[in-house]
Amino acid sequence: MKRVAALVAALVLIGVTTWLVWPSAPEVRGQDQQITVVDGPADDQRVELDTTFFPPPDGGQAPAVLLAHGFGGSKQSVRDQAVRLAQQGYAVLTWSARGFGRSTGQIALNSPDYEVKDVKQLIDWLAKRPEVRLDAPGDPRVGIAGGSYGGAIALLTAAFDQRVDAIVPQITWSDLADALFPNAATTDATATATPTDAATDGGSGAAASGVFKRMWAGIFFGRGASLDVASLLGRGEAAQAGPPTAQQARCGRFLPAICDMYQQVAENGRATPEAIALLRASSPITVANRIKAPTLLIQGQRDSLFPLGHADANAKAIAAAGTPVSLAWFDGGHDGGNGEADWLFDQTAAWFARYLDGEGSGQAAPPVSAFTVTRDGGRDPGTRQRIQLHPEADSYPGLAGTGTSTVELGGPEQNIVNPPGGAPASISTVPGIGGLLGGQNSPGVSIDMPGQGATFESGPLTTPLQLTGSSTVKVKVSGKGEATLFAKLYDVADDTQMPTLPAGLVAPFRVTIPDGVGSAEATVSLPAVDHRFAVGHRLRLVVTTTDMGFATPAESAAYQVSLASSALTVPVVSTLAAAPTGVAWWVWAMPLAAVLIAAVLLATGRTSARPRLRTAPATRVHDVASAGARNAADPGPVAGTSASTADPEPGAGTSANATEPRLVGGVAGVAVEPRLVGGVAEIAAEIATGSGSAGGVAGVAAEPRPVEGAVANGDAGALSPGGVAELTAAEPLPVGGGPAPASPDGVSTSTTGGVNGGPKRTGESGGAEVPLEISGLTKAYRNGELAVDDLSFRVERGQVLGLLGPNGAGKTTTMRMMMGLIQPDAGEIRIFGEPVTPGAPVLSRLGSFVEGPGFLPHLSGHDNIELYWAATGRPREDAHFDEALKIANLGKALERAVRTYSQGMRQRLAIAQAMLGLPDLLVLDEPTNGLDPPQIREMREVLKRYARDGRTVIVSSHMLAEVEQACSHVVVMQRGRLVSTGPVSLLLGSAAPGNGQGPRLEDVFLDLIGEKA
Amino acid sequence: MSTATGYAPHRTLPLRVEIVRQFKRRRTLGMFALLLALPWVLVIAFQIGPQSSGQGQATLRISDLATQSGLNFAAFALSVSASFLLVVAVALFCGDTVASEANWSSLRYLLAAPVPRDRLLRQKLIVALGYSAAAVICLPLMALLAGTLAFGWDDITVPGTGETIPALDVLPRFGIVIGYALVSQLVVAALAFLVSTMTDSPLGAVGGAVGLWIVCSILQAVEALGVLREFLPTFWNNAWLDALAPELDWSGMAKGASVSVTYAAILIAIAFRRFRRKDVVS
Repeated sequence: MKRVAALVAALVLIGVTTWLVWPSAPEVRGQDQQITVVDGPADDQRVELDTTFFPPPDGGQAPAVLLAHGFGGSKQSVRDQAVRLAQQGYAVLTWSARGFGRSTGQIALNSPDYEVKDVKQLIDWLAKRPEVRLDAPGDPRVGIAGGSYGGAIALLTAAFDQRVDAIVPQITWSDLADALFPNAATTDATATATPTDAATDGGSGAAASGVFKRMWAGIFFGRGASLDVASLLGRGEAAQAGPPTAQQARCGRFLPAICDMYQQVAENGRATPEAIALLRASSPITVANRIKAPTLLIQGQRDSLFPLGHADANAKAIAAAGTPVSLAWFDGGHDGGNGEADWLFDQTAAWFARYLDGEGSGQAAPPVSAFTVTRDGGRDPGTRQRIQLHPEADSYPGLAGTGTSTVELGGPEQNIVNPPGGAPASISTVPGIGGLLGGQNSPGVSIDMPGQGATFESGPLTTPLQLTGSSTVKVKVSGKGEATLFAKLYDVADDTQMPTLPAGLVAPFRVTIPDGVGSAEATVSLPAVDHRFAVGHRLRLVVTTTDMGFATPAESAAYQVSLASSALTVPVVSTLAAAPTGVAWWVWAMPLAAVLIAAVLLATGRTSARPRLRTAPATRVHDVASAGARNAADPGPVAGTSASTADPEPGAGTSANATEPRLVGGVAGVAVEPRLVGGVAEIAAEIATGSGSAGGVAGVAAEPRPVEGAVANGDAGALSPGGVAELTAAEPLPVGGGPAPASPDGVSTSTTGGVNGGPKRTGESGGAEVPLEISGLTKAYRNGELAVDDLSFRVERGQVLGLLGPNGAGKTTTMRMMMGLIQPDAGEIRIFGEPVTPGAPVLSRLGSFVEGPGFLPHLSGHDNIELYWAATGRPREDAHFDEALKIANLGKALERAVRTYSQGMRQRLAIAQAMLGLPDLLVLDEPTNGLDPPQIREMREVLKRYARDGRTVIVSSHMLAEVEQACSHVVVMQRGRLVSTGPVSLLLGSAAPGNGQGPRLEDVFLDLIGEKA
Repeated sequence: MSTATGYAPHRTLPLRVEIVRQFKRRRTLGMFALLLALPWVLVIAFQIGPQSSGQGQATLRISDLATQSGLNFAAFALSVSASFLLVVAVALFCGDTVASEANWSSLRYLLAAPVPRDRLLRQKLIVALGYSAAAVICLPLMALLAGTLAFGWDDITVPGTGETIPALDVLPRFGIVIGYALVSQLVVAALAFLVSTMTDSPLGAVGGAVGLWIVCSILQAVEALGVLREFLPTFWNNAWLDALAPELDWSGMAKGASVSVTYAAILIAIAFRRFRRKDVVS
């Protein structure tokens, strides 16, 4: 718990620190002010522009950015963008253009005489600001960005003011006349040039014959007209200003000349030369070749007002002057779409970083490719939302693509009619709300009225076709007079799905059929789009007579439309490839780091092979001695003696037999090695006989392998006083502090002296012959309470040791530590001289049954035993299955699944499992639980027999009578501490005989643990 | 060194033994039965369900293309099971392995046998991963078999674009798909395995892993997390779809494999580290 709390605290600390230290976006404060500018053809009109200046938050001198708003907006519309740009370290100036927001003046449609002059004076103003970096006196380092109306002013200002250093015009026009009066046809009969050529020529050309984009124009002008003065002044001022005059109601805040022009063309549906001249004056295309500021043109793919062709025209004109130009076709525009606000901002920021910041930081900015197209990238793997890809090309190929693909269209000549009044009209895009109808990602609703459209279709595609640019097709129109037609290219999936009109765009065109000829051919440039036609889809060209967004003739007419050539030329851009992202660095770095971390985790977590804590043996002996000296008349001196004799050197000297144990220990250690047994056993026997101690013989005899004879010999010895003597000898305390220094058997006395000094001396290990030696063992529960507290005792070969103690005395915990399941906090356990650690190999000599059986319930008893033995990896013939299973005595039940067993059956099977391989040390925890009396009796005999064969058994039990009968020795524990240890007979002998009969272990036990009344 | 005769740590708990110990469990057999039966259930569902309008290319969703060919069907079966069923299967095999031993108390006898702790974990992990791999592999293979029998052997129709890729070309791609599915499940395996070493409750281990998986799936729907979501272990779960695209795209799968291996390595290391020092009290 503490560790968890510490971890949480550390994480919180790190989190808070990170949050505090993390560089937050600098705070940007806008300063509002009115800037007075003078404009007009004669420079005589004073206009108050409502502006907000955002100084660079870092202080110092920074490049400036003028941020222009769109038509119908004000400086407030771009405030968020301005703040973001300012946070990037620019000085940003936003303003409401004349006629918008709180600025005075009238809308002049970005006229060079009005708006352009205004912006030039804003640049003058910037040049005087101390926060703005200057290229030269009066020449600030300045960029202009803006969308639509704001994009056009960026282009126009850059053309008229060479102080502008970079511009990012978005979704704006190149030729306003062409935008409002488009004509996509190059009629062979009239031999007109393409719209853009016509535009650059400055002639009235295509626009004069263009089809009036009625709805967009209405919205465009209507938005300006609705911006009446009153609505912008707030209610109070509006009340003072009174109701708008007739002129105000009619033209709103438009310059009267523009208002009049619009009303005229809207009524006629035809462009007059004057109107074209006026619109051209506000068109960047006429002056684009003067632009020297590097230009990033961002145009929307969903834009029926200023389609991609406008950016194309601007790009060509600007690039012709040698100015760097980049184009991006993003998913958005006046008709909706995703908008990609963040991506646009990033591109804009990258452009300014490159061309405004100068060499230093500009180099670090991500490069902006010459041509970037936003494409559908499928769905995000996590959210399943649509994502965009941004393939890039190093050069802008134009609307004709880097190459073309030809798709054969088929279809007969078809009759189409223009309905009287032009209604009902086909629908392609509903301006302004196209996005609403179609949702963000679908191209929207597109409906062709029956009888009005001629359809030409390709066969199903066999390979995908990525159209990027403007496809062209040659159609032949028969009829009379001037035909107003609309061409659309559909993507047809199959008969069940509505065909989709990419981006909802149509190409309006006008064909004049010369009298007497009866027909005319026209090459139609279909709308520029980026669209992928999937395999199996078909391309469908539809030529209709009406479209809701455009003005069409009111008089009815009939035409025959056919394909002049069946080939549809589709531009493709092969150079467009997704940004070469490469493999993100973390893809390879992260697993490597993880493997490193994993290695560190494993290396640092390795448990040491040695026990963690070792206390000095002498003191421990002392402690144990005093613990064991329960009834000693004078524990102090005796303990003192044992402590002093524990000192290695003197110990050896004082005792005549001091060398004995050492020898025995050493020899037995060798004797364990089976191969050497034969030879060494003799020596051992010799030494043993020489010493006159039976202990030595027992030690050798304990070796399971050597000879049956020896075991037979040791048979008497194992349970004989000799064995006892060795326990007492090995364990300094009972003898030293024991109540019966003179053992009744009298055998141990001879070894006493030597042993007292001996055990710890014989080379740290109690010797490999000692099946179990526990010293100073301590284990605390998590709450700090000691489960086992400084426990020390030792078990010799051939003993059946009873581990006694009330519940919670620490018996099971001790046994678990013997098995290496629990790591002691202090002290150590040695089995056959080897310290016990988790998985120590010496555990293979230990058979255990602790805290109930553990079997795989789905397997039979037999399988369980077999697989357990197989898991030990030892040879099958060593298992002695027959002996073990005889003990289990399960009969046919052995083949049943263990889950069907009774408690007693499992118990017996578990004891059998513990005895597999006849381990030298058998540890059984409450083995008689769940057994019936005959089985208990049987078990007792088994254990005795087992130990008689020279092995060692440790049994914990509550049933004291059992222990009394089965065990040769006992260890009594209470509250984790050793209370007493010694032979059963000694314990019994020490007790005061109760009520006539011989002492019972129960009395002794209760006496020991202090429960006796 | 004092050991019993014939004992050697490196021979303990052979893989064969662990495989047998786990195989006879109802849980194992049941899971495999389910995975092998699922394709047939799907086949029956497609057969008895209303037939599509006969338009071969009504839509190009993976589920609509399932009846086009055996390969399409296998891809569909994988796509519907990868997100949850296989996760549960893998979590089951890897989460159950140690926790159930602790639950049965057989863990302490294995450890006292003694099977060294690192070796016990290693052997169990190998076997659990083996079973997980078998689960992940057997489902699409059975789906391929069932789909081929039911819908015939044909070229695969790519979802989304409707292109067809020749069957023989796509078979290696299918290997990639299964391989990636395996790698992407590594996180679940490692997570379940870690929980397994910490708890005595097998269902707790499985549930813990699946629960964390669900939390990740929910988190990755939070777009506000932005690029951070890429580092969620579940984020690239469906990246194998890129292997069935006409243009084989490795980037998503590379990222997914990277994230998966990263988490798995650390989680498994933590599992070993913890278990090595743990007091086994079950």
